[in-house]
Amino acid sequence: MQLLRLRPAFGQHSVSYLTTIEGNKSTVPESACFIVKDATRWDKFGLIVMLCQIMFIMIRVRPDVVITTGAAPGVFAIRIGKLLRARTIWVDSMANVDALSMSGTLVGPYADLWLTQWEDLERKNGPFYKGSVL
Amino acid sequence: MIFVTVGSEIAFDRMLSVVDNWAASTGEEVFAQIGPSEMQLSHVQYKQFLPPAEYQNYIKHCTAIIAHAGMGTILSAMQHCKPVVIMPRMAKYQETRNDHQVATARRLGNRAGIYVAMDEDALKEQLTNIHLLKAGGAVSSYASDELIETIKCFIDGKSK
Repeated sequence: MQLLRLRPAFGQHSVSYLTTIEGNKSTVPESACFIVKDATRWDKFGLIVMLCQIMFIMIRVRPDVVITTGAAPGVFAIRIGKLLRARTIWVDSMANVDALSMSGTLVGPYADLWLTQWEDLERKNGPFYKGSVL
Repeated sequence: MIFVTVGSEIAFDRMLSVVDNWAASTGEEVFAQIGPSEMQLSHVQYKQFLPPAEYQNYIKHCTAIIAHAGMGTILSAMQHCKPVVIMPRMAKYQETRNDHQVATARRLGNRAGIYVAMDEDALKEQLTNIHLLKAGGAVSSYASDELIETIKCFIDGKSK
């Protein structure tokens, strides 16, 4: 939902969305939308399924840029994106107000652009604060 | 009509009980999206999950929203200029993985149109005054200009 508020940034580029919620497909009728299994760090098997799904999708789509607000799917997408030589952006979810998300701290340093939506979470080497979705 | 939503991931029966009891005593028209819960509400119409179009419809036509402190709902409420009472889920009740919703509630609680109920008693109080709550001013459908510009420049920076 936060990603949709970034739509003006996508300009005329072709956009594909990846989400764990089937219902989200109807919110982006103008774009491709792929659904993957939802899983958290406590569901190892689910994570493996999700990883495979994301890998197949990204190999097919071959994005030039990968942008995500997290969490587990975002981590996979950024790491696979880098392997596919895409440029990557991690925007830490606005819900993480007091501390960065765990996934953000894990993968943020690998992203080409690592952002937080709360000014006081900004650090010298990232994440950087450049505004928020609200 | 008051719209209640708890998101689609985890149940939040603690909040729903308070709302159901309030609806019983006031006869208010309430519709609730209750998530993966087996709770039977007696004075509230409810569904476990709503497709996005139906969810947007309830947001558009309600007078106020009661919700868990989830970013998606808060954004929807602000975009549609509806007052929203947010009650954070708590890890100690196994309502969520950690207390980030408590932090969200504290951080956003002083924005216009967002009202916080940290516990059941606070929620009862907000419900008593539900028709007096005012929405915040209109917010744009999109993120701040700076964030959009930063991302746009990054995307276009080395376009092939």
